[in-house]
Amino acid sequence: MQRDAMIDATGLTKQFADFTAVDHISVRVERGESFGFLGPNGAGKTSTMRMIGCISERDNGHLTVLGMEPANQGAAIRARLGVIPQEDTLDLELTVADNIVIYGRYFGLDRAQIKQRADELLEFVQLADRRDDRVDVLSGGMRRRLMIARALVNQPELILLDEPTTGLDPQARHLVWERLYRLKRDGATLVLTTHYMDEAEQLCDRLVIMDEGRIVAEGSPRSLIDQHSTRDVVELRFADEHAQQLAVSLLETVGQRREVLADRVLIYSNDGDADVERLSAVGIHPESLLVRRSTLEDVFLKLTGRSLDE
Amino acid sequence: MAAPPVLRVVEHQAYVFKSFWRGTLFAYVLNPLLYLGALGFGLGALITQNQGEVDGLPYVEFVAPGLMAAAAMMAAAGDSLWPIMAGTKWLRVFHAMVATPIAPRDVYTGTVIWTSLRAGMGAIVFLAVAAALGAIPSIWGVVAIPSAALTAAAFAAVLSAYAATQETDLRFTVIMRLGIMPLFLLSGTFFPISQLPDGLQALAWLSPLWHGVELCRASTTGTLALVDIVHVAVLAGVVLCGWLWGTRTFAAKLAP
Ligand SMILES: Nc1ncnc2c1ncn2[C@@H]1O[C@H](COP(=O)(O)OP(=O)(O)O)[C@@H](O)[C@H]1O
Ligand SMILES: [Mg+2]
Repeated sequence: MQRDAMIDATGLTKQFADFTAVDHISVRVERGESFGFLGPNGAGKTSTMRMIGCISERDNGHLTVLGMEPANQGAAIRARLGVIPQEDTLDLELTVADNIVIYGRYFGLDRAQIKQRADELLEFVQLADRRDDRVDVLSGGMRRRLMIARALVNQPELILLDEPTTGLDPQARHLVWERLYRLKRDGATLVLTTHYMDEAEQLCDRLVIMDEGRIVAEGSPRSLIDQHSTRDVVELRFADEHAQQLAVSLLETVGQRREVLADRVLIYSNDGDADVERLSAVGIHPESLLVRRSTLEDVFLKLTGRSLDE
Repeated sequence: MAAPPVLRVVEHQAYVFKSFWRGTLFAYVLNPLLYLGALGFGLGALITQNQGEVDGLPYVEFVAPGLMAAAAMMAAAGDSLWPIMAGTKWLRVFHAMVATPIAPRDVYTGTVIWTSLRAGMGAIVFLAVAAALGAIPSIWGVVAIPSAALTAAAFAAVLSAYAATQETDLRFTVIMRLGIMPLFLLSGTFFPISQLPDGLQALAWLSPLWHGVELCRASTTGTLALVDIVHVAVLAGVVLCGWLWGTRTFAAKLAP
């Protein structure tokens, strides 16, 4: 029953002085899964990843990674992980290829072997034509892809990505997603953190939503939406605060549930189009109106009362 | 059997050094030429006219080993403050290392070893230039190379440990000005510490650089004696204290 768990954590806790950054979380990740931690800034995602990556020690709870105990087998575990931290850690003054070679040497791999593998990896992340360029001339997206290539040099069994696309422009993000999707399709076990709900929806088979160090929900993106939100969301914007307040008082009967935000009103609805029809019937005329499907953002809002990028 | 993690850190540093060492060679040679030229021969000529010798040595022979040890200290200080900040904060390459089987204490130990080796390389060039200028009377002068490297190790061990406790480099300049420069001037580098007022003289004994200078001078003048083991012991003691501190500060910084 316990077989094949890549990560098994119960009551995992991280404390900085008397501040609890990760508060008794329990997760289990199976081989071949693509698992995510979704949460806003400060939720404790990085602290969690660093404990799983056997970089920082836990303060409480149980944790095994690849079936081993981080407290006394950290180096052996790290030898089999591929870690892409939140911030780039490249040697800017070295070339793209040399970054992979020197990183492979950290694992004690044979130099000739790494060089050969470096060429394959650079091919994989579409940086083969930049192999002899210094890293400091690369764009943010290219550096991110190099971080990924480098982390694969030891053929890791478990790949940990902390906010893989934060700070990248949309095109660069899609290139990264596409490569990660390839890894996932080829059977890699991916664990990633993100505060982008679209990233979580695209890449994760299963995820937990984290807030203030705790897990507030767990499931597949689909099941989380089904469980915690309606099918549709109607977004209404009004000319001013006064108009919005007036409308809210008339909305009580429209949709399943309503969220009033600073700049808009969300109506959670099982049939968005039908509820839009009802708006004019109750005398509401918003300045703009949008009907969309529920996302993980809505789940987060429902569970925490805040939005993900706050 | 793969190389131990500490050596992989040294290898990283050597790999980076390989990409820029040619640019440093000029300074390595020019530095001793300038210092020995201006002080050893320029100032030395004055001293010879007025007084003759310093501690029984022509001034250039007195000052050359002092400068050699001081250069090792300077190299170590330069490599242990800002580059450590780069590794922990600016470029974060140390964070890359600790995500692999390398541990924070390996990062610390490896960088201190590398800094000492590099100061040792500088000492080789210095010694060669000084010998060519006739400032090294004894073949025992080669012992000054490990002596200079040990001096560098003492400074690297302590300053790297300290650098990892800092969030910005604001205090590094202060350390250079109020810590390293006075040591440079008052550790028996340019004149015997017997010239110092009594209180300062006792302080000079506490200076790791003074112990390094004494070792180098005993080497280049061929007067090494068993009692010089005291200098080795003091420098090794400083390295050990630095190591006990640095393994902690690196762990706190890289693996909070
Ligand atoms: N080394 C540290 N010392 C003190 N507090 C920290 C440290 N690292 C993180 N924290 C705090 O822990 C909380 C969670 O941080 P983090 O794990 O980085 O969250 P996330 O990655 O989800 O943004 C934050 O409030 C952060 O300020
Ligand atoms: Mg983070």
